[in-house]
Amino acid sequence: MNLHPLVAVAGSPNAGKSALFNALTGARQKVGNYPGVTVERHSGKLTLADGRPVELVDLPGAYSLDPASPDEAVTRDVLLGKQKGERQPDALVIVVDASNLDNHLRFCLQLIELGLPTIVALNMVDLAKRDGLELDRKTLERELGVPVIETVAVRRRGITDLQTALDNMLSAPFCGMHEHVTSDLIHLQRRAREIATAAVVSETPVRRWTHRLDSVLLHPVLGPVILAAIMFVMFQAVFAWSEAPKSWIEDAVASLSNLVSGVLPPGVLRSMIVDGAIAGVGAVVTFLPQILILFFFILLLEGTGYMVRAAFLMDRLMHGVGLSGRAFIPLLSSFACAVPGIMATRTIDDPKDRLTTILVAPLMTCSARLPIYTLIIAAFIPNARLAWGVGLQGVVMFGLYITGITGALLAAYVLRRGVLKGGGGGFMMELPKYQWPLLKDVAIGMLTRSQIFLKRAGTIILGTTIVLWALASFPHAGPGQKQSEVSIAGHIASGIETVVKPIGFNHDIALALLPAMAAREVAVSAIATVYSIDSPDEKASATKLQDKLQHRWSLATALAFLAWFVFAPQCISTIAVTRRETNGWKWPLFMVGYLFVLAYAFAGLTYWTAVALGL
Amino acid sequence: MNAPFRPDVISLDLLKVGTRARVSSVDWAALDEGEACRLRHFGFDEGVTVEPLHLGPFGRDPIAIRVGRMTVAIRRRHAGAIHVLPIQ
Repeated sequence: MNLHPLVAVAGSPNAGKSALFNALTGARQKVGNYPGVTVERHSGKLTLADGRPVELVDLPGAYSLDPASPDEAVTRDVLLGKQKGERQPDALVIVVDASNLDNHLRFCLQLIELGLPTIVALNMVDLAKRDGLELDRKTLERELGVPVIETVAVRRRGITDLQTALDNMLSAPFCGMHEHVTSDLIHLQRRAREIATAAVVSETPVRRWTHRLDSVLLHPVLGPVILAAIMFVMFQAVFAWSEAPKSWIEDAVASLSNLVSGVLPPGVLRSMIVDGAIAGVGAVVTFLPQILILFFFILLLEGTGYMVRAAFLMDRLMHGVGLSGRAFIPLLSSFACAVPGIMATRTIDDPKDRLTTILVAPLMTCSARLPIYTLIIAAFIPNARLAWGVGLQGVVMFGLYITGITGALLAAYVLRRGVLKGGGGGFMMELPKYQWPLLKDVAIGMLTRSQIFLKRAGTIILGTTIVLWALASFPHAGPGQKQSEVSIAGHIASGIETVVKPIGFNHDIALALLPAMAAREVAVSAIATVYSIDSPDEKASATKLQDKLQHRWSLATALAFLAWFVFAPQCISTIAVTRRETNGWKWPLFMVGYLFVLAYAFAGLTYWTAVALGL
Repeated sequence: MNAPFRPDVISLDLLKVGTRARVSSVDWAALDEGEACRLRHFGFDEGVTVEPLHLGPFGRDPIAIRVGRMTVAIRRRHAGAIHVLPIQ
């Protein structure tokens, strides 16, 4: 039983709520999920001046207690004490944007009516001043009937005052809350406007910064060009900056497995730890730098307010295939990894829009496909030059990306006209003021993301890799037998082979497809292992693997293999995150099904065409 | 609640960028419940001053509109449900 007082931080979107929450709790935060819904629960600890601990919970931003999205429903239920997995808050901190009181006071008034001990944080007073707006805090206090503290959360200003006020409030006796609040939004809105007008001391009209920036960033021609440039830099960074840390992690994984191999005697245990756990989890953890860099950009773009502008610019195009502008960022993130991409779909209000985005996200070429593409292209596509600076290999790689994007757009189009027909498909977003986020807030965001990622690597992925290792290692091959054929995995592969033979896949590929379920890039090491286990005289070095492939696979098979990986849902983590985000097995199974059908069809089409052309 | 017909009242999607106008009525019935709720959240209400600021680069959709002290983006279709009287 937790007896610490629970204080909820509530407010309208873009009031700077999360920054204030970060300012109050620092990095001492926990990110979880409310049971049964895909809404994140952010909580943290705060110690009052007298040493009393207080639990703070950051509620999702809401415009009123009448929810228009699942996030807002959680906010309402928590505040009314009806949310599963959360107790009724003992007090409230309401965050309002000083330069948008007309709007934010509406929700604020509704919250004050609840009758809980309440403090209002009049946030971003600096930006209001920048816009020429001078407010009177005392007038607000009188009109609202609760303490009002001026804050600038991103600069950590006013935080001590807020803590003192919180301290006083939690020491005072509490007289019980009201169950019924005004739900007449129009009435509340008008009252909010009256109070906002009364609180304005002076207003000097100035050309607003945000408006000036928007005339450039939302310019019909310049806007898309700048967006493309930002995306280009982001991708360069995700791939270029991650190379060094990625190789450090790879080295660390290698030395760890050497260390374990040295300490443990040869046998089942060592094989399980080294070949199963370390190899499998290690392969996935090497993606951590890319994911962190990606999230750095996403958090920066979100914090500055640019993200919504990107959605604004892309909305019409996305609308053409039945998605909304909000799907743009999740799909973009999926180029690095579908897992953060699918997690980022939480910002999409419309459930059908969101589900469509989740279902097509795996078609974006994630970085785990790169090792496979690189290997096969290097082995089978001649390094010919088509034009100055344009090589055939690069064109094939580009073609694979384009095929994925086209596939995703077509799939979205079909889904929105089939199983996911209907729904609002609307696009209604607030364009917040631009501001420079505190790097510390970005860092906290990256920290919580990497914790979530590593937790998954340590649980789901660890579990799967051990199972796959066991399947591939038992029973042991006798003399003259091939491990790849005798093991359970070998038998399963033979089963798979009968299915994939028509599309040009051999037993080696069938065997590689199985462990590649854990993570696509494992296919490369799996093929390498098969060839090295089966023929111990050959060393399985990366350079040799290319040559081996050239001898054992036809060009048609290689091309079919590439086509397969454009579509195949070969990733347990993606399936797991889809299950979590859609609260059930229905949609992940649907996703796996339709992607396998597409993969089979396209690999087959590629193979048969190539064979017909005599390749 | 239809406003009496006024010849100079136009729907918000037809209002030129940079022209301020006052909302004369909102055809709530043309919007579904969630959309209507969101528009109310944004502060769309009779008598409020609005001003289109930017248009999307493709098909001039969506529209960024200043409403009260905030800027919101809505699609052309939804702006069509909002009737405004331009301020001369």
